[in-house]
Amino acid sequence: MRIALAGQPNCGKSTIFNRIAGYKAVTSNFPGTTVQYTETKTHIDGYTCTCLDLPGTYSITSAEPAEREARKHLLSGEVDLIINVADASILSRSLELTLEVLELEIPTLLCLNMMDEAEKKGIQIDSQKLSSLLGVPVVPAIATTGKGLKELFTKVIEVGEAKKKGKVHKFSKDVEEVILPLVALLESKRPMNEKVPSRFLAIKLLEKDESFEEEIRPAPGFHRQIRLFQEKLEERHGVPSDEVISSERHALAMNIFEKVSQVIHPPQKDIRITIDRWVMHNVFGYVILAAVFYGFFNFIFGFGGYVEEPLLGIFEEWTGQLKSLLGPQALSFFLARGVLQGISGGVAIVLPYLVPFLIGLSLLEDVGYLPRVAFLMDVFMHRIGLHGKSIIPFILGYGCSVPAIMATRILEFPQHRFIVSILTSMIPCSARITIIFGLVAFFIGPNAALAIFVLNLIIIAILGRILATLYPEASLGLILEIPAYQWPPIRNTLQKSWWRIKEFIILAWPLLIIGSTLLALMEYGGVEGYMNWFLSPLTRLLGLPEVVGNTLIFGLMRKELCLIMLTQALGTNRVLSVMTPTQIMVFTIFVTFYIPCLATIAALWREIGKKGALGTILLTLLVALILSFAARIFLGILWQ
Amino acid sequence: MLIPLDRVAVNKKARVTRVQGGWGIRNRLSQLGIHPGDVITIIRHAALGGPILIEVHGFQVALGKGVAARILVEEGP
Repeated sequence: MRIALAGQPNCGKSTIFNRIAGYKAVTSNFPGTTVQYTETKTHIDGYTCTCLDLPGTYSITSAEPAEREARKHLLSGEVDLIINVADASILSRSLELTLEVLELEIPTLLCLNMMDEAEKKGIQIDSQKLSSLLGVPVVPAIATTGKGLKELFTKVIEVGEAKKKGKVHKFSKDVEEVILPLVALLESKRPMNEKVPSRFLAIKLLEKDESFEEEIRPAPGFHRQIRLFQEKLEERHGVPSDEVISSERHALAMNIFEKVSQVIHPPQKDIRITIDRWVMHNVFGYVILAAVFYGFFNFIFGFGGYVEEPLLGIFEEWTGQLKSLLGPQALSFFLARGVLQGISGGVAIVLPYLVPFLIGLSLLEDVGYLPRVAFLMDVFMHRIGLHGKSIIPFILGYGCSVPAIMATRILEFPQHRFIVSILTSMIPCSARITIIFGLVAFFIGPNAALAIFVLNLIIIAILGRILATLYPEASLGLILEIPAYQWPPIRNTLQKSWWRIKEFIILAWPLLIIGSTLLALMEYGGVEGYMNWFLSPLTRLLGLPEVVGNTLIFGLMRKELCLIMLTQALGTNRVLSVMTPTQIMVFTIFVTFYIPCLATIAALWREIGKKGALGTILLTLLVALILSFAARIFLGILWQ
Repeated sequence: MLIPLDRVAVNKKARVTRVQGGWGIRNRLSQLGIHPGDVITIIRHAALGGPILIEVHGFQVALGKGVAARILVEEGP
């Protein structure tokens, strides 16, 4: 049985999904594949179910690619059952999606999540009455505590076995008078897609849904016929036909909402409103924003530095022991040192910074701070030709560029997605952050590291400004829901961080060890000398030791490799003994800006095309060269 | 009298009358529960001509200045 979880953004869908996945399941996580959804296999009462967590979508008419993704799955005809998750505290709006889902005529189950939030607002919902009005089972739940989920699973089997579909709701009479003949027309002359119910298709065409209009275009003369139906509706109501339908659906949803809910007490005093008064304040909001990110920065550095130092010492000692044990020229020593350095890179250099960073980022995401940042930063983002929502891919970019570039799908305009994708790839991801922390902060000082972050932001702002001039104003401006704060379910947050950390351990770390060993072998065989020689114009231009040439090649695979390879190439963890502070800064600046890693290039290719990806490679290389050369000159004078 | 939403003062209520603009903006706003006839409360205006924060049907939405200017409203509940 294939089950899809569908719901509006921030309705707690993913929390429910994680509960299912963590329940008794084999999970597979597909970040960075063409389809961004999470899938898990689970067993419910002996049934094997495949469960899909789709991106949140406000409606099945979709303007953003993220929503299109969700819709594609819902319309694929492969889904046997939909669990529609609705936020009970904002039921009227949630029901608009529910009504659309019912039009799909697929067995459906409504999960009324966040019942505790509704109660805080003083709203009582009669779920039985709602169930009879919609014709589908309704299960109240509080996903964060797991309440109601057991019943949800039981109902899933019931609905799945009975294949029970819900009621398709009728609009008002004069609208139905337009819909019905259109349905008849579509029944007689199927222009496309057999899997979608005719009524659903008819409504979407009246809503002027672009992708459906696109699909019927090949059918000759059909488009003109549809246009006649749209005009009929427009004549009767005096507003565009899409507005007629959305108002109708809105009225239906409000009607159901009023029938099933009642206010039993005035809303409880909510401390979150007071918090927001400060967090979104015109002055203090920015002070808090700065404090949060400064605190975040110091937390990562404090934790990472505390752990890195003693661990490096231990590995250094082991390397020394290996050397005396195996002999400094022996192949076995080179091999062992390569492996050891790969391992130590992961344990001592990457993980101490990656773990606190990812946990912190997940916390900020789950609490709901990021939309507030978008609100505060909107006015500044406009200065570089973007709007506030683009700050979200940027912030995610500090984690990993791949999901961040995929997050540009929340932007409405292709032009914005193009610009933001390119700029996002230049935000130092956690791998590059570990380089900045592990090299610059650790060997030179936290302020120097901070300077690199600030320089990075300035450059991105300047580039944004330049790129924005390529495109005339097409902006819709910010339209963004600001959800209420949630106490993050710690389990969820940790699970999410763990998935991201696991990605490093499983995918990147073995590469680090292999890369490090490979480099050691190349050094033994004398091959790396050629590569370094090949790159020597670059290293000489930047005033770097010739041996670092190799590391830059490896860094194209994974940015962490730069650092591990650096210690491998230099033959020591004590970088300061072989590189000057200026060289460390120049190296780090180059690595921060130059060509994104392979996975990021692939993501760019997919999201903004070949030209965009190749353009980014050239642009970043150019920027990295200019900046690191300038840093060499400037710091050479400053730190003399 | 019709005025654009961004001219409504903080803590005041307003009823949406019309949304100026094409399919894109209408669709986006209706998805977020903003339709003609709905009552909106202004929560705050951001600094330096930034977005405004509104409440509608019990949840909050941030609207850029440009977007808010295209929503015509009638002041008062």
